[in-house]
This record gives sequence, structure tokens and C-alpha cells, in this order.
Amino acid sequence: MTEPATPYRARKNTPPESRDALRARIPGWGVDLDPKDRPSFPREQPGIETGAHWEFPDRQPETQPRELSIEHAMLTPVFGTSAPLKGASGAIRRYAYRTYSEGRAAHWLLLIAADRVDAWENHLKSLATLRPDNPVTETGIGIGSEFSGNGFKSRAGKRVDVNHSWMDPAIVAGLWVLAGVGAVAALRALRGRR
Amino acid sequence: MRAMVYRGPYKIRVEEKDIPKIEHPNDAIIRVTTGAICGSDLHLYHGMMPDTRVGTTFGHEFAGVVHQVGSSVQNLIPGDRVMVPFNVYCGSCWFCARGLYSNCHNVNPNATAVGGIYGYSHTCGGYDGGQAEFVRVPFADVGPSRIPDWMDEEDAVLLTDALPTGYFGAQLGDIVEGDTVVVFGAGPVGLFAAKSAWLMGAGRVIVVDHLDYRLEKARTFAHAETFNFAEYDDIVVHLKKQTDYLGADVVIDAVGAEADGNFLQHVTASKLKLQGGSPVALNWAIDSVRKGGTVSVVGAYGPIFSAVKFGDAVNKGLTLRMNQCPVKRQWPRLFEHIRNGYLKPNELVTHRIPLEHIAEGYHMFSAKLDNIIKPLIISATA
Repeated sequence: MTEPATPYRARKNTPPESRDALRARIPGWGVDLDPKDRPSFPREQPGIETGAHWEFPDRQPETQPRELSIEHAMLTPVFGTSAPLKGASGAIRRYAYRTYSEGRAAHWLLLIAADRVDAWENHLKSLATLRPDNPVTETGIGIGSEFSGNGFKSRAGKRVDVNHSWMDPAIVAGLWVLAGVGAVAALRALRGRR
Repeated sequence: MRAMVYRGPYKIRVEEKDIPKIEHPNDAIIRVTTGAICGSDLHLYHGMMPDTRVGTTFGHEFAGVVHQVGSSVQNLIPGDRVMVPFNVYCGSCWFCARGLYSNCHNVNPNATAVGGIYGYSHTCGGYDGGQAEFVRVPFADVGPSRIPDWMDEEDAVLLTDALPTGYFGAQLGDIVEGDTVVVFGAGPVGLFAAKSAWLMGAGRVIVVDHLDYRLEKARTFAHAETFNFAEYDDIVVHLKKQTDYLGADVVIDAVGAEADGNFLQHVTASKLKLQGGSPVALNWAIDSVRKGGTVSVVGAYGPIFSAVKFGDAVNKGLTLRMNQCPVKRQWPRLFEHIRNGYLKPNELVTHRIPLEHIAEGYHMFSAKLDNIIKPLIISATA
């Protein structure tokens, strides 16, 4: 009878490679063998030196109303100011932050929806400027990627992600088409009722 | 200044923006010389991360020169060459005081579940990132460090996220001597995690991915055994067979939100954004680790729920460990490893892309063109 596989008895079938063999093969093998040599051990270290010379930081001025999670007791002393709320997407985001905690799916799903509205708002706005959105340069499908070096060539051959190249546009655009068909059908049904 | 600006999913361009200002006494303004695109930037680029607003600048891996400092900055002066960890953190709150820098409570009003990250959406605090000529760095006395004279700037950039996160992933696995470690994902973080597992005494390291050129790198750079999951009907069964039917002692998920390999999960998560990420890699990790084993997660996931096989984790008695890496805690030890030649981070750099061509860089990285592994972004002011 052949040896039963490991889980059915206590000993491993395959003996591990020896320390010496591993040291010879792998530069630095085992230098952090002791967990105490690992930088985030123990996980929490009270009183750690951080370089902070304040007990509580000075507070960054709030020059315009700043949205915050309702799970916070106050506006944090420091925050980013990269893109303040504005437009319809800003209204959706403001509602999501004011109404729902981070524990609620609605909070995050509204924020994701607002992101899509934001992209469309800005795309439409760009059409009224001297620099409208350019789908070729902004998606990076330029001379420097697909058509030079090994760009296009590297999509061919045994690549498993080749399928994504044709499937993804259908999956993404297909949903919009389905949503459109659904909307038209709903409108027709409503009109029919009148 | 010139800066990368997000215009919506799959769309970015380089625009003229105002040079950032000091907004808090402990701020510094850094002139960026080298930055990078991280795999987790792709989740933003693909519209996966909630509250990613048009007009923001991405980039949480960067190094540069101090341009200006606020009135309370004591540890840096203009002209210093610095590397900046991807975490924005205050150094004094309940969490920072215990070394949990990535969980700082004083820098992100938008959420309590995650700390601050440069250029990583308003969910992570709404900070602009370093894929620009200049960037605002809050708490300049706490986050940045001077780059040692002996250190290559490209190594310094990889020390701001990819290397410490990979090392941290291995550490969260609580590896003991002789452990079999499986790493899902052969991107930079996965490759560094595999390499770090050896330093912690692993007896066997296996890397799983679906791109042959990345698996080749896992063999040469990280001395790992490799499996291309696309070549197997069921990678979990294959991994079981490879580990005497026990399963691996430790599995590290270095994939995160856009894992491939399961059509339904991929479509509902990556394409329809109805999950906080496609948990294919995480579920494979739960399935392929042995009973009583440890799953370490350093792949980035969004805050929405995901369909994770939690029951199996319970029934197998697993330890699940995860976090964003508290980068600066890792630095002293990683500096030593680089000096000793155990780690050579810039061996993973495959592309050096001028800031002006960053849209093409994102496309190449996203579509995995030209055998790309790690693209750096070179600023015009470098």
C-alpha cells in the first residue's frame, strides 16, 4: 500500500529543505527568523517615538465647509483639500456623508454613484472649454504604449488577459445599453397607461 | 506646476495646477523628483474606490526635495532630499502612539475605518498625491525621512510603499521556520512579500499569478516556485496536492480589489462596483491555507462589503491578519537589508516614464503591456 497522504497522519510526507541548503540558495535566508527582529512586532507598542512634538496637533483652518463621516466626533485637525464638493455630485456626496455612517451600504453606493455623476458633469463641462476631454490621449492609447515597443505585441500569444480586451467593453457598455433599453421600455409602459 | 489629474474612469491628463500651499504649521511642500504608479492606483483609475473626485492628483509613492516648510517644522529644511511614506499620520493620536500609523485618527475626516493616504481619493482624506511636480506633505516632522547618502533614489521610492508593504505582508503571516508560504499576485508587493518570506525563515515559497512574465520574475527575483492559475482547472486543488494535501501554512493575498479568475465575482466587483473588491484571491487564500493557518491580506480592497467565504475561515480555525502597512516602522530594518544586499528593490523597476506621458503609463500598467512590472514617474523638475 502506498503511504497515506499527510493530513491523515501526523508526519509530513515531504521533508523540508535544510537550513544550510536554504542559506546557500537564498541571500539573507532566516535573518528575520526571530519575530522580535520584525519591525511591526509586537503589533502595538505603547509610547513609540514618532517625531511628533505635540500632544494634539494645531488645527488646520476650515476655509469652507468640509464634509466628514458621522462616525467622527469632530473635524480632524488636518485634512485634504484637493477637490471640494460642488455640483450635483457634490450634493449626492454631501447627502451620503450627512445621512449614513460608514457601516451602511447606502453611504458607499451613493459615493460610487456620485463619482459617475462627477465624471459626466466634468466631461460635459469640458466640451464648453478650449480643452475638451480627449478620449485618445486621456485613456493613454497613444504612440507611447500600444503601438511602440512591445505594447501591442505583448497582448498576443499565451496571455490569459487577452479575453479582457474584447470582453470588458461588452460587459461595461452592454450594461448601459441594457439600462437604456429598460428606460425606454419603462417610458413606453408609462405612456401606454396614460 | 504640472500634475496628473483624474478625469473619470480610465481617463487622466496632465494639467497646469497651482503649486500647493502650506495649510498647517507642520506642512512641508516637496518638489517631487521621482514618483511611481502603484498597483492600487489602478483601482482608483478604474473607478473602484468610492469618492474619487475628478480633478484630484494620484500618487502615494514619491521622493523629492524639500521646497518649503511650515512654521512648526523642526526636522526638515528646504533642500533636504526626502522619501515620504504613503501614510499621512499625525504621530500623536491613540493609534499613532501605538505604532499603528496607517490607522491615524487625526488626518481623515471622510472615514474612521481608514487613515490618510496621499492621492488616494477622499475616502482616504482627500489629499493630492505625488504624481506632480510639487506635493503638500502634512506632519513633515513625522512622516518623511532624509534619504541616506548611500541610498539610490529609485530604492527610496520603492521604500515608500511596495517594499515595506510586501515585507509587512510576510510579517502578518507570522511565518515560522520551515513554513510553506503561498503568495497570490506577482506584482511588486507580491514579489517583495515572497522575498521577505525567505528572510523570515520560510521553507518553501510559491507564487501564483496568471501572467507568465511576472511569474518569471518571481522565479529569478524571489527564488520562488510558481504556478500560473490559468493553466489549472482548480488552482486550490493543485496547491493542496503540492502541499501534501495539507494546504500552505501561510497564504498572502497581494492582489486585492481586481482579482481575476472567477467571472461572476470579477464582473460584480471590478465591472459593476457592487462589491468592495473581487475577493477571488482572498477566497483562494482561505481555501488553500491549511487548517489553523494564517491568511495575510495586503491587497487593497474598497470599503463596500465583499462576498468572502467567512464560514470556511471560521471552520478551518484560521487567523486572518491585514492592514495598510505602517511604512516608517519598517524602514530601519529594511535599510539594513538593502545595505546587506538581501533586498535590491530597484531590480523590479521596468519603466521610467516622464510625467507628461503618465496617461500612457497608466494604460500600459493597467493593460499589462510591454512586460511592465513597476513604472516610475520622472518629474520634469528632477
